Amino acid sequence: MQRKLAWQFLYDMTLARQFEQAAAEQYTQGNIGGFLHLYPGEEAVAVASLHAAEASDYVVSTYREHVHALVRGVRPAAVMAELFGKATGCSGGYGGSMHLYDAEHRFLGGYAIVGETFAIAAGVGYWLRMNDLTHVVLCYFGDGAVNQGTFHESLNMAALWKLPVLFVCENNRYQIGTEIHRHSAVPEVYRRASAYGIDSRRVDGMDVVAVYEATRAALQHVRAGNGPYLLECETYRYRGHSMADSGAYRSALELAELRARDPLDGFRERALAEGWLVAADCDEIDSEIDRVVADAVRFAADSPQPTDLGASVYREPLDLYGGRP
Amino acid sequence: MTRQRNDNVGAIGTARPAPELEVWQALNIALDRAMERDSGVFILGEDVGLFGGSYRVTQGLYAKYGEWRVRDTPISENSFVGMGVGAALAGGRPVVEIMTVNFALLALDSIINMAAKLRYMSGGQLQVPLVVRMPGGVARQLGAQHSQRLEHTLINVPGLRVVVPATAQDSYWQLSQAIVADDPIVVLEHEFLYFTKGPFDAAAAPPPMHAAAVRREGRDVTLIAWQRMVSECMNAAAQLSARGIEAEVIDLRSLRPIDLPLLRASVAKTHHAIVVEEDCRFGGAGAEIAATLAEASYPDLRAAVRRVAASDVPTPYNLELERASIPRTQNILDAVEELAGSTG
Ligand SMILES: Cc1ncc(C[n+]2csc(CCOP(=O)(O)OP(=O)(O)O)c2C)c(N)n1
Ligand SMILES: [Mg+2]
Repeated sequence: MQRKLAWQFLYDMTLARQFEQAAAEQYTQGNIGGFLHLYPGEEAVAVASLHAAEASDYVVSTYREHVHALVRGVRPAAVMAELFGKATGCSGGYGGSMHLYDAEHRFLGGYAIVGETFAIAAGVGYWLRMNDLTHVVLCYFGDGAVNQGTFHESLNMAALWKLPVLFVCENNRYQIGTEIHRHSAVPEVYRRASAYGIDSRRVDGMDVVAVYEATRAALQHVRAGNGPYLLECETYRYRGHSMADSGAYRSALELAELRARDPLDGFRERALAEGWLVAADCDEIDSEIDRVVADAVRFAADSPQPTDLGASVYREPLDLYGGRP
Repeated sequence: MTRQRNDNVGAIGTARPAPELEVWQALNIALDRAMERDSGVFILGEDVGLFGGSYRVTQGLYAKYGEWRVRDTPISENSFVGMGVGAALAGGRPVVEIMTVNFALLALDSIINMAAKLRYMSGGQLQVPLVVRMPGGVARQLGAQHSQRLEHTLINVPGLRVVVPATAQDSYWQLSQAIVADDPIVVLEHEFLYFTKGPFDAAAAPPPMHAAAVRREGRDVTLIAWQRMVSECMNAAAQLSARGIEAEVIDLRSLRPIDLPLLRASVAKTHHAIVVEEDCRFGGAGAEIAATLAEASYPDLRAAVRRVAASDVPTPYNLELERASIPRTQNILDAVEELAGSTG
């Protein structure tokens, strides 16, 4: 592996871990409201898969999407400011944690109704295919989302018209408090793709290198015009479903087992052992991230509140009673 | 196989505009012209392509533009409307046909939670130039699941616009305007109006998309309606005229926004207003119009704004009961009579 890529993996996974930690603290202090879904434990999935993609590809994600936005290149300060609901946030303070957007980075959100990402991604894919564009759409979703009708509807259409969509399942074994064997008759998500003739595989989502290699192969398959692909990443979230959930339905043993396979620690050790990185790199990354995250929090705290309640509901302000606005 | 084509649009794009067209033909021409002008305009829906559209609206377009721009979809309403949203985000101008409003209930997440909200939630970065067309209303003995209206739900959604054309000319104008607009717009069509004829001039300059139209002038009472109920009001007005009462009939054309200035001007003249709607009375669009008019035109009104609406029942199958479930001319005449009585 190239040093540069190893550096990026470690940098982004560390950023992801520290950013979410800071978000949890800010939530506890009352600076972030509403629902807050965090990503610790799952870092390898977003980091590896998005590094395997091109900047010109599109990304559609769920409400657990801070890290996807960050890896995509959205400034940490703009993401944190959005969590704070500030005007400088990447959605201007109108979206919040679950609705991050960045048109410039082709980051199309941020969807908080489980199962929505499938249809959005299929629609972007349709547009790409209709116009003979070579980009791909990366569509993220949880293990719980595959029981929503849109999963089946959209996979059918994506396969039927060979749409350039890479479906990436972040299988963290839980749909809030319901473990996958209690919500899915077929708990191997990748097997479900075969119902629509879609190629798929399962990969260890705690291993950033494995996810990266699998995503590259999957993207090649899609870009070659073979239609969609489904990549299931087996992962785990260390925290509860959201800040409102302690995660008490899981055993300490289970948690300890997964923590022992921590994607961040595992990759750091391996990168040092393989000589991809040296100890000084790790220290440099750690202190750099400390600074970036602290700056993001300060920026968010110091930023102004949005003030225009009715901004951008429509292209132009619309008077519902037909007067001149 | 596409069905037998009507002469007027037999050769799409080359036909000379006829002086009179049916509503479906006007919609067909609007789609054709929009697709000719902008290669980003494309159609998604069940049986819109090879079959030519359940109400013929997309007839001939599949042959002319091919399967990628006129796409026959599986029966997956929520996802194909959601695909429209996704394609619109990426730069397209999709026109999605939902076979009838009854099936739109399965697509409300895509319409309400996504199309309507994405511009706002993204702080204005994204836009969803999507048109969702769908026919609704009470047709003939289709039973409760296939005979309903959805105005009540759709007009309450910030981010949407809802237009309700009744004539061929308005159908052409409003669909054309909806396609070039940058916001998500629902075009509610009426199953009973597709094959009604009216004057048509493709070159005439359109009024604003939300502007209401005075279909008949009168000095005594304002009848406010849309789509199928406009003709009931016109019938009622003709009968009232024979009795010396002159009703003004307003075709609203748009339900979000509504053209309040026109309604107020009419009421300033007639001092009486009745809203006539095919939807159920309780919590319907008519309630919004009546309440708004009551607030805005209170000094001009000599009696409370009245509503004539469908009965609050699922639409029955039996033909006589079905007819009785929605307003008829006689119900409008009765309401005018009561109004006259209440003002003395
Ligand atoms: C349609 C819908 N139903 C229910 C919810 C409430 N809800 C939010 S997240 C969630 C669990 C989703 O689990 P999964 O897809 O595995 O994603 P994860 O949160 O594990 O990343 C539920 C039930 C929702 N947001 N949308
Ligand atoms: Mg899950």
